[in-house]
Amino acid sequence: MQNQRRQLAGLLFITPQLIGLLVFSLFPVMYALVLSFMDWDGFGARTFVGIANFVDQFNNPDFWTAMRNTIYYMVLVIPFNISLSLLVAVGLNKVTGKGLYRVFYFMPVVTSSVSIGVIWMWILNGDFGILNSLLAHLGVQGPDWLTDTNWVIPSIAMLSIWWGLGNNMVIFLAGLQGISRSYYEAAEIDGASRFRQFLSITLPLLSPTTFFIAIMAIINSFQVFDQAFVMTNGGPAKASYTIVYHIYQQGFIDFKMGQSAASAMILFCIILVFTLIQFKMSKRWVHYGE
Amino acid sequence: MANSSIRTVDKKLIPVKQEKHVNRIKPSQILLHLILTFGAIIMIFPFLWTVSSSLKDLSQIFLVPPTWFPNPVKWSNYIDSLTAMPFGAAYWNSFYITAVSVSATLLTASMAAYAFAKIRFPGANILFILFLATMMIPRQVTMIPLYLIMSKIGWLDSHLSLIVPGALFNAFAVFLLRQFIMSIPKELEEAAFIDGAGSFRIYWRIILPLIRPALAAVGIFVFLGSWNNFLDALIFLNTPEKFTVPLLLNTFKGLYIADWALMMAGTTISVIPVLLIYIVAQKQIIEGVTLTGIK
Repeated sequence: MQNQRRQLAGLLFITPQLIGLLVFSLFPVMYALVLSFMDWDGFGARTFVGIANFVDQFNNPDFWTAMRNTIYYMVLVIPFNISLSLLVAVGLNKVTGKGLYRVFYFMPVVTSSVSIGVIWMWILNGDFGILNSLLAHLGVQGPDWLTDTNWVIPSIAMLSIWWGLGNNMVIFLAGLQGISRSYYEAAEIDGASRFRQFLSITLPLLSPTTFFIAIMAIINSFQVFDQAFVMTNGGPAKASYTIVYHIYQQGFIDFKMGQSAASAMILFCIILVFTLIQFKMSKRWVHYGE
Repeated sequence: MANSSIRTVDKKLIPVKQEKHVNRIKPSQILLHLILTFGAIIMIFPFLWTVSSSLKDLSQIFLVPPTWFPNPVKWSNYIDSLTAMPFGAAYWNSFYITAVSVSATLLTASMAAYAFAKIRFPGANILFILFLATMMIPRQVTMIPLYLIMSKIGWLDSHLSLIVPGALFNAFAVFLLRQFIMSIPKELEEAAFIDGAGSFRIYWRIILPLIRPALAAVGIFVFLGSWNNFLDALIFLNTPEKFTVPLLLNTFKGLYIADWALMMAGTTISVIPVLLIYIVAQKQIIEGVTLTGIK
């Protein structure tokens, strides 16, 4: 079956994706790498500057602001996102009629970042937003969520937790369904409490799923941009200025192509590390399930 | 002796358990339902609040404390936002860009996936590793070079810049579809080959119908990604008539920032269709995300 015609067919089959790979992925990555060593405003002459752009990033206060904001966002989002979606998944797994709940919890996931951003701008409005009016009922004076430098990242984090919960929940649900009932039956005979079963059976057997979700959450959090761009334009006073915002700002607003490419390369390296960890570990959990 | 005593205990337990199953209204279940319902309300609350605000008069929208039900119901907010911005054109743009992206991606990715899964051609392994490796590249890295490429070939402010890169290159789709095609037994293909079918015929008549569930999953993934794509549209498009729904809504927000009622009407217009599609196809969408999420 492996004659020359078949081989030719194989090459023809991969041709469209191969062209795409070369033109829209490999070439742009090489291009970005070259740009990161150049000084260029996008129009005039390019000059080779060595690692100056990278040094520049590390001396650029905006880069560190962006880094700090992104990490702060991550620290707020990831623990809540994982624990809440896990709790909801465990709850749904135990309840009859989980289908309808699943529909509601997943609803935000399909909605675009811009729609979500505009909706939450209204909810978080300091003067007329519904959130502060609900807090007032409890006797709490809510902050100006999106215009207060201390609250803007927690606000975006809150929205992201709400937005991403359904996605992780369905992945957790799939993981939970892979755990055999017999473990719980055995534990029940031993007289283990529900909480004990959760700690000693559910959590350990679900750890590959949790790990996958955690790594994906880290990779996604490093790329946070849309919400900040739509709701706050990175402000107030750069309080919601993120790494991707920094890349965008340098490239498309300040026309510093080299610096923009250099910061993109730094982001690439960070994401690469987490992706490699995930690839390495995924080998482990493929066996795990068998 | 010990064994038999355990068995007798077991036998006593079984009828008790079955009885519980008949009238299963346990307090713990009710509590769980209450908690989950509360959570579900939080999840859909922002949507309900958006729709409610979209039907209010501006004087009502700034009432403290807020009211839930608009009085009078101001439907004209919808007419105003539809006439203020070319939402109709944005819908058509998003719709056809997404439709072309999904079908083209499924075609090219399944072709490549079939070749990688079933055909031994020179360089196959190295190329496949290259495909896997590119999955690690975040899109922000290629953002500026892609912009420069698009401007060089004259695709800026053209929908081609949103369609072609995705349609011709999706390593994740190739990888996922390959995994599915690998599990198809070799004998099916061999039988067809003996009957005189060529590679293309085998791909079209045997492979594609067999991987329909995987195609649906990848299709959903591409659909959501393309429909909700904001950053690429922001970078590549300039003319409002060419805008997609997310990009137009962002512009709308910029222009009508003070008129919250109108903004909520515009937002509802942007949200309703995708939620309708979701309600119709929710089972497939959730399964698709589960499948692609776990890998």
